[in-house]
Amino acid sequence: MATMENTWARLRKMNSLWWQIGLIVLAVVLPLPMSDYYRSVLWRTGLYIMLGLSLHIIVGYAGLFQLGHAAFYGLGAYTCALLNLHFNVPTLLTLPICVLVAAFFGFLITRPILHLRGDYLCIVTIAFGEVVRLALVNNIFGITGGANGLSGIARPVLFGMALRAPIYHYYLMLFFLVITIFAVQRLENSRLGRAWMYVREDEVAAEAMGIDTTRVKLLAFVLGSGWAGLAGALYAGRVTVISPDQAKFMESVILFCVVVLGGTGSIPGVFVGTLGMVTLPELSRPLKAWRDAWLGVAMVGMMIARPEGLWPSRRVRMGLRGEQNEPTLAHAIDE
Amino acid sequence: MQFIQQMINGITIGAFYALVALGYTMVYGVLKLINFAHGDLFMWGAYLGLTSLNVVLGLVVQGSAWCILPAVVVVMTTVALAGVLVERVAYRPLRTAGRLAPVISALGVAFILQSLARNIYGASYKTYPNGITPAGGFSIAGSARVSVMQIIVLVVSFLLMGALYLFIQRTRIGTAMRAVSLNHDVSRLMGIDVNRIIAVVFLIGPGLGGVAGMIVGLYYGSFDFTLGWTYGLKAFIAAILGGIGNIPGAMLGGMLLGIIETLGSGYISPQWKDVIAYVILIVILIFRPTGLLGERVAEKV
Repeated sequence: MATMENTWARLRKMNSLWWQIGLIVLAVVLPLPMSDYYRSVLWRTGLYIMLGLSLHIIVGYAGLFQLGHAAFYGLGAYTCALLNLHFNVPTLLTLPICVLVAAFFGFLITRPILHLRGDYLCIVTIAFGEVVRLALVNNIFGITGGANGLSGIARPVLFGMALRAPIYHYYLMLFFLVITIFAVQRLENSRLGRAWMYVREDEVAAEAMGIDTTRVKLLAFVLGSGWAGLAGALYAGRVTVISPDQAKFMESVILFCVVVLGGTGSIPGVFVGTLGMVTLPELSRPLKAWRDAWLGVAMVGMMIARPEGLWPSRRVRMGLRGEQNEPTLAHAIDE
Repeated sequence: MQFIQQMINGITIGAFYALVALGYTMVYGVLKLINFAHGDLFMWGAYLGLTSLNVVLGLVVQGSAWCILPAVVVVMTTVALAGVLVERVAYRPLRTAGRLAPVISALGVAFILQSLARNIYGASYKTYPNGITPAGGFSIAGSARVSVMQIIVLVVSFLLMGALYLFIQRTRIGTAMRAVSLNHDVSRLMGIDVNRIIAVVFLIGPGLGGVAGMIVGLYYGSFDFTLGWTYGLKAFIAAILGGIGNIPGAMLGGMLLGIIETLGSGYISPQWKDVIAYVILIVILIFRPTGLLGERVAEKV
């Protein structure tokens, strides 16, 4: 046991740049010997890691409960589809607009509710997510195609070639995923990232130290929502058919679990969470009927056995395991 | 006369919301936890009601409205016990684990319950047997009609809610419950068995929810496994509308939500009635997060 921990410690000390280069090389080579089905699964994994990271900014860093995140993913996909279908904008060129639209809605929706916390924030975000979904289902302004959604979105075109095969989409996803991971990592150690974690740990103290908590929380929502919009647009370009189901509550719950189960506040945690919540259930097709039950058992079991997640950030683990008598909100209200 | 008709329908739906909202609000009162599994326990009430009704009808040759009674008892007991089990397995180990863990655990239980229902009963709509519920009704105020079923629903709901209110206000266990919702540690010092009280809460809340599920099934005739999610969220909105943790608030909130929703679907558009409910929730939470009857909780620094 001790030797294992030693090896682990030595591996951790290795220059993280080599780790990352190694992982990228692995991600590039991995799909080559695979069939198209497994390549699609990999693409899906990448998509959810990206979505998970976008929510990770909100839930993991800033500690804000967001259970309606799928709405922004859906908004990105619909923006891409509408621009492409009505204005013939090439799919890849719609990406920045999708990001801006999703971020703008993130701003509009979260601005009035920033003063809420914990459970209340959680419920309001659920309600907003459902409002967005119902608006899409009810064919708002007659442009969203109702419950059937929109179809016939053009494939992304790169260097004059339309991307069709799953492997191209996988590489496209990988490209954006690498950018995402890089950006999220840079954010973590930035002034803003530290401010987020400060707000997560103790909002009042953060405010007393001169952090503009409203602005910082708003930025978390706007960045996270915008990024989810990007993932939505990539999804629209790959499947070419989108429906309001993308914005349904179940998606938001899965995303929330991706972030929390892997370990709140850690990027590798999002990877682990995606593997558990998305990839494994996808691969176990025969068990599909019982997929949700297995997810449920895993969620309950995880929370009891390892509430800090499978691969937590060191800071969170110390907080959870070190202080047994940390007051809960229930106590805070009592006192 | 459309207005009166809408009001009658709204109050009936409101009674369902209120019954389910009681479960949310009681659990939130003692544990400060949104019990996401409650809606699915309610849905199980509808399914178990169907099964036990079929069993009863199989045993008794002549089917009549009285066959519903033993089925109700079975449903109430089973769902209440399931509620206690859920608390024991999924929530009690997490009581000191902070805010996030119990929420995830509750969502997990909701997943499990929903998946079980879908796999056992199938994904298609289930129908309650015909001719069990008393038909007929009365005309009031011109063309508005109250069906016998609506009267039964209202009477049963008000009886249950009244009994619960008296129980909480007048009995020793009720007093202990109120004490626990104020402060666990001090309650323990006063000699209250907090775990037992929480178990009682999880007995009563899901018990009422289960009955509500069966009544909804009887009232509408058919339902599927998404019932728990749609009604659960609405009931939760009702609980917040009235002030979460507040029992008369849940009753008031349920009634109000039912009425607003029915009027909205009657006068604006039935497609947008859910949106109306959510928008109300958002507006309430932005401007008065404590709900209509809730007390303001001072923020501690």
